[in-house]
Amino acid sequence: MKSGVQHKSIYRVLSVILLVILAFLFVFPLYWIVTGAFKTTQEINSVTPVWFPSTWTLDNFTRLFSRRTAPLFPMGPVGPAAIRWLVNTVFMAVAAMVLTCITASMAGYALAKKRFRGRAILFGLIVCAMALPKQVILIPLIREISALGLYDNIWAVIFPTVGWPFGVFLMKQFSESIPGEILEAARIDGANEARTFATIVVPMVKPGIGALAIFTFINSWNDYFMQLIMLSSNNNYTISLGISTLQAETSVDTGMLMAGAALAAAPIIIIFLIFQKYFTQGITMGAVKG
Amino acid sequence: MAKQNQNTMSRALARRETIAAYLFLLPSLIFFLGFVVIPMVICIFTSLTSSNMNASAASGFVGLANFIRLAGDATFIDALINTFVIVLVSVPTVCAFSLWVSSVIYQMNGPTLSLFRCIFYLPVVTGSVAVTVVWKWMYDNYVGVFNYVLTHIGLIERNINWLGDEKYALWCIILILFTTSVGQPIVLYVSALGNVDQSLVEAAEVDGANSMQVFWKIKWPQMMPTTLYILVITTINSFQCFALIQLLTSGGSGTNTVMYYIYYTAFKLTEQAGHFGYANAMGVVLAIFIGLLSAVQFKLAKEK
Repeated sequence: MKSGVQHKSIYRVLSVILLVILAFLFVFPLYWIVTGAFKTTQEINSVTPVWFPSTWTLDNFTRLFSRRTAPLFPMGPVGPAAIRWLVNTVFMAVAAMVLTCITASMAGYALAKKRFRGRAILFGLIVCAMALPKQVILIPLIREISALGLYDNIWAVIFPTVGWPFGVFLMKQFSESIPGEILEAARIDGANEARTFATIVVPMVKPGIGALAIFTFINSWNDYFMQLIMLSSNNNYTISLGISTLQAETSVDTGMLMAGAALAAAPIIIIFLIFQKYFTQGITMGAVKG
Repeated sequence: MAKQNQNTMSRALARRETIAAYLFLLPSLIFFLGFVVIPMVICIFTSLTSSNMNASAASGFVGLANFIRLAGDATFIDALINTFVIVLVSVPTVCAFSLWVSSVIYQMNGPTLSLFRCIFYLPVVTGSVAVTVVWKWMYDNYVGVFNYVLTHIGLIERNINWLGDEKYALWCIILILFTTSVGQPIVLYVSALGNVDQSLVEAAEVDGANSMQVFWKIKWPQMMPTTLYILVITTINSFQCFALIQLLTSGGSGTNTVMYYIYYTAFKLTEQAGHFGYANAMGVVLAIFIGLLSAVQFKLAKEK
């Protein structure tokens, strides 16, 4: 019995040591981006890796900002294109987030709490569509967007993101927990549908909306594929797309690329760290009764 | 008479309920139908035509010709095999790894648990472009850390051109995909392990079960729904590794996948650029495979 306990604690200690090593390896790429962004070109291209920059320089950012220019916002003063790309990306992520939260919380409530014809088919369609890689519908989607006159417009990235049914699925899971009696009581009290939704449903699914908001924001920020196929001009790029274009242009200037990568990753990581709690909740909720 | 009255009333109520439901669904349905379902339907339809870039060019109905051509397209077959290698390797390793990490961290105190969960989630949040740019540097033939570390600890004799060598390139991409995939499964497993019925665990321990037995006989069956969900999302995620391939190898060095080949056929391939019908046929084949895979996973999980 005693040796069993000892055995167990040795296993435990070894696991934790291994885990800590792995954690360092997982953080390493991010560490390499951040330090790389401030290293001199010489240290970047050193055959023996410079684990910690000996001098911190802003040269990489200077080159990044001077390489391309663009109006900082439509018809605004001209500035570094990277800043414009960040502005575009924030606009895109916020718009996708707001639209998704509104439409998905309404639809999720209807799917969870209303009994209507076509409900099962619709829900089946939503679940199937979630598994679909976006590349499958790439061509029809582009042609449709062009026909709508939205090609190379930031809305061309926003609309398909809002259409992606994961949000509806998540909000349905959250709405299931609303007790039917409360809705019934509201109806007996004479509240109409819109009012019931606004005063009873929304407050009850608030954690779900929080989770969905942060989820959509991060996904939309990082949805490189949609941005790649829908946007084509420098002024309309997102930060991810801008950095990948710079990489294609000049794969030798690693320092500048790291500065760009840091600029693209920093805001989203900060937002993630602030709203981590909602995020964890959202991920777990999607799995319950999945 | 009264009963009939009641019937019409409940039917009127049901109709009102249906109308209300669809009004709530309407905003979402506009986007969902417009930007997901309709393109999917068009995709299936055009896969049966010779549609291409110039709308004026022949876009007649060609039946299954595109699919027959696919079966004989060596590039497509390679891409399909690579896609399956990626999925078949990454899905089990991601599941096993995240289960192990979760089982080590789930009993830690709050802040430590959050810290580890956060660390393993960071690569997901960092975004595929930033991740790819830094990994490209790390894999570099001359100034990359991989070659430096591996030659110095004696694992390899001379520098390897990781992304340019057919022997390694696909595995390099799978490794990056792995680091960007474990975040969500770990969050899920940690919460599932926390929700395991403790009275069953205690009862088993009183009966003298060791920790391995407790894990496989008590905890594992209770986590089955979570595992199934993780299998499904990891599979979907593995199919989405487009950015890694486009930015690291452009489908070269034996890393072509169906997802990349669709993009390539539609926009890049010089001599057959804009063969939309053909590219859509690939999309349909891919969708069918994903559907089959999900069905198999569900069936396996149900049997357990």
